[in-house]
Amino acid sequence: MFLALLGLHAILAAVAPLAARRMGRAVLLLCALAPAATVVAAVVAAAGGAAGQPVRESFGWAPAIGLTVDLRLDGFALLMVALVSGIGVLVFGYAAAYFPQRHDIGRFAGYLTAFAGSMLGLVLADNLLLLYVFWEGTSVTSYLLIGFDDRKGSARAAALHAILVTSAGGLAMLAGFVVLGQVAGTYSLSGLLADPPSGPAVSAGLLLALAGAVTKSAQVPFHMWLPAAMAAPTPVSAYLHSATMVKAGVYLIARLAPAFALVPFWRPVVVTIGVATMIFGGLRALRQDDLKLLLAFGTVSQLGFLVAVLGAGTPQATLAGAALLLAHGLFKASLFMVTGVIDRQTGTRDLRLLSGLGRRMPALAVVGVVAAASMAGLPPLVGFVAKEAVFEAYLHGGMGPVGPLALAGLVVGSILTVAYSARFVRGAFATQAHPSQRCVGSQAPLPSRAFQAPAALLALASLVAGLLPMLIGPLVSSAGSALDPNVEVESLSLWHGLTPALGLSALVVALGAVLVLAGGRVAAVQQRFGGWSGADDAYVATLRGLNRTADRVTGFAQNGSLPVYLSVILLTVVTLSGTALLSGGMFPSPAFAELVLAESLLHLVTCLAVILTAFATLVAGRRLVAVLCLGGVGYGVAVLFVLQGAPDLALTQLLIETLAIVVFVLVLRHLPEEFEPHRWRFGQKTRWLVAGSVGLFVFIFALVASAARTAAPISEGFLARALPEGGGRNIVNVILVDFRGFDTFGEITVLATAALGIIGLVRAVRAGPGTPPQAEGGS
Amino acid sequence: MRSRSVILDTVTRATFQAIWVFSLYLLFAGHNAPGGGFVGGLVGGAALVLRYACHGSDGATAGVRVRPEGALGAGLLLAGGTGAASWLAGAAFLTSAKVEVTVPVLGTVKTTSALPFDIGVYLVVVGLVLAILSSLGGQESTA
Repeated sequence: MFLALLGLHAILAAVAPLAARRMGRAVLLLCALAPAATVVAAVVAAAGGAAGQPVRESFGWAPAIGLTVDLRLDGFALLMVALVSGIGVLVFGYAAAYFPQRHDIGRFAGYLTAFAGSMLGLVLADNLLLLYVFWEGTSVTSYLLIGFDDRKGSARAAALHAILVTSAGGLAMLAGFVVLGQVAGTYSLSGLLADPPSGPAVSAGLLLALAGAVTKSAQVPFHMWLPAAMAAPTPVSAYLHSATMVKAGVYLIARLAPAFALVPFWRPVVVTIGVATMIFGGLRALRQDDLKLLLAFGTVSQLGFLVAVLGAGTPQATLAGAALLLAHGLFKASLFMVTGVIDRQTGTRDLRLLSGLGRRMPALAVVGVVAAASMAGLPPLVGFVAKEAVFEAYLHGGMGPVGPLALAGLVVGSILTVAYSARFVRGAFATQAHPSQRCVGSQAPLPSRAFQAPAALLALASLVAGLLPMLIGPLVSSAGSALDPNVEVESLSLWHGLTPALGLSALVVALGAVLVLAGGRVAAVQQRFGGWSGADDAYVATLRGLNRTADRVTGFAQNGSLPVYLSVILLTVVTLSGTALLSGGMFPSPAFAELVLAESLLHLVTCLAVILTAFATLVAGRRLVAVLCLGGVGYGVAVLFVLQGAPDLALTQLLIETLAIVVFVLVLRHLPEEFEPHRWRFGQKTRWLVAGSVGLFVFIFALVASAARTAAPISEGFLARALPEGGGRNIVNVILVDFRGFDTFGEITVLATAALGIIGLVRAVRAGPGTPPQAEGGS
Repeated sequence: MRSRSVILDTVTRATFQAIWVFSLYLLFAGHNAPGGGFVGGLVGGAALVLRYACHGSDGATAGVRVRPEGALGAGLLLAGGTGAASWLAGAAFLTSAKVEVTVPVLGTVKTTSALPFDIGVYLVVVGLVLAILSSLGGQESTA
């Protein structure tokens, strides 16, 4: 069933560009079928008890390297599927209303469907390598989506930033997975977590895997790609920030934390990164004037929150983290959608230019306020329920000395969250006291209902889930117990009584309110510390450094002199293989006594002719003569093949030599007729030395190789099998197209690539210097 | 255009089609007798080279409606497709199969799944020669 759903995503992604030609924007609704079907399937699976007893599906892909398509739906995967596909359906519907009619809508729909499918595969994968494949799938598709407006340099740069950071982390993660898989003896995720290995290698593997999660989930100091990624169209941002992509890192940490929380470094490192990210993101969010950028830094902050909670690894924190994951998905998607509506209707997202929007669009304002209140953690919304659970978990203890410190950090982060939530609401919907001439909002055209509906549905869900937590209780607690069997299934509730957690919540709201009221002064203080953009600078500096190093290495290794290249290659062969040959004790070999100079006179004559023509090649003064002599050597070898009874080889050799001469002649037309003497870096003597040593080496090598055989030649087996298995009497051909068919396939791929290279190069040259090759492309 | 050789011209005209027939023969007979897709393609390429020597690059590819990119792509697709077809039978990539068909005129024809693969090889080789002649050979004016 899951395989079929992934297949449905893939098929719809592939046909979307074609379907869009007929359907236009409606193609987005067609593609919404894939996540919609997934939601239905998840509900069916949940009704069938998937939360208690995980549903598995398996399909051998490359079993030899432990890569099998193992899919597994347990309670936590169910929660993630609900987010990925549930919010996915709404995002598709929202995008259909968001985009004006445009010609590349099909391409967009295809990317978005592939993105949704990759994320779905990621949360269902039960094989570490498969998880990596889907992980990079989300990286690549998000690259395409962030850079969707590919005419804009900023969008391309943001897309590049995202894929460089996340795939660098992804590669580290792959290395970590291989370490973990090898130590544990299994690449099954559930198998690894059920019986976690330990030792220094495991710690190293975990650190590497953590690097992947931290980059993917935009944790400090790798966070800058996420705010930059708001260059994506808003429906993409809504999806990317709430349910997909950035949640992948959180997902991985949540999976690993319960099993590995006792590895010494795990909890201090993960929780510290999370808390630091939460506070840092919150501070930056308070400074933004662009609503979308404010939300983006808000996401950075909330991701830190999630990492700190889900990474702690105690049963209580795991359960609270599951609730927080759900709450964040609901309000963040809603807030981005609201921002998209504002942007579309007014033409700006700058909160200094927006005024009076709350009166103009009261419905939208209610939706925005509810979602922002959930983000701030105000009752009676689901964000409050989740945050209460988090405080409870941290107050419950069991985390060692990290706990209290982290709790203090989370409280500070939550205060900042209240403040930037308020900043969002006030900036988007309030009426400014002294609006400037450029302010827009009170006259903006009203959005359609379909455009506002997805955001409203999500906000409504935040409200209902907050008022009636028992509705999401089973989903969240089964997610928690899937992560950690020790999770006690307790019901979430809105009202716990007068607990310390409630006191903390009250403190957070009160201090947040103070921060809001002191808004101007806070901004001034932050301004004084200036725009700290260390992470951005570090990214740029890293790129520059890489480029410079690449330049130097290339300049040294590829200096453009053909004789130098050839000499390096040939001398390497002679030195390395020659040393092995002489030290291996195979030379001289006793078998040399049986050597015969020549089996017949014809052999002798042909060989002499070959040697003479080869020598003539060397002393020829004109290029054409040298080429013809070289061809003569080839023909001579073809004659030898005939004498040895290999007509196929001989025929091929003859034709290749002929063709090679023709190609040489075609190229030689552009070169001077005669060789230019002594203008090379390499002297004539050096050349003779290199050539001589290569010749001597090959001669000895051939002697030793033919005398050193101890096993039966493979050709005997081929001879016996050619007719019965390959169905042919020409053994050479049977080897080429059957026994070694895969090699041949590789070789013709190389041939075709070389041919295309020739075509491209010649076209580029003809287009003239300085013309980029792609100017000629497209054919 | 430089002066043409009448002898070369006539010989080319007389043998061009025959060489192609020989090339196809090599392709189809290759599984049991000397030949095969690679050699067959080279012989076909040699025919093109002959015409190039006679007429220059425009003459060599005149009447050839196939573009080099097309031949290359079709060849790779056919060879890869033949390999992938094994999957449909549940076997590994490029597992060979034998087929016996009774055709009215020719009688019983035995062939293997290696034949379409070999045709793919043939197309790639012909495409390579076409690419060389049409790109490297086609710049007399700029030379």
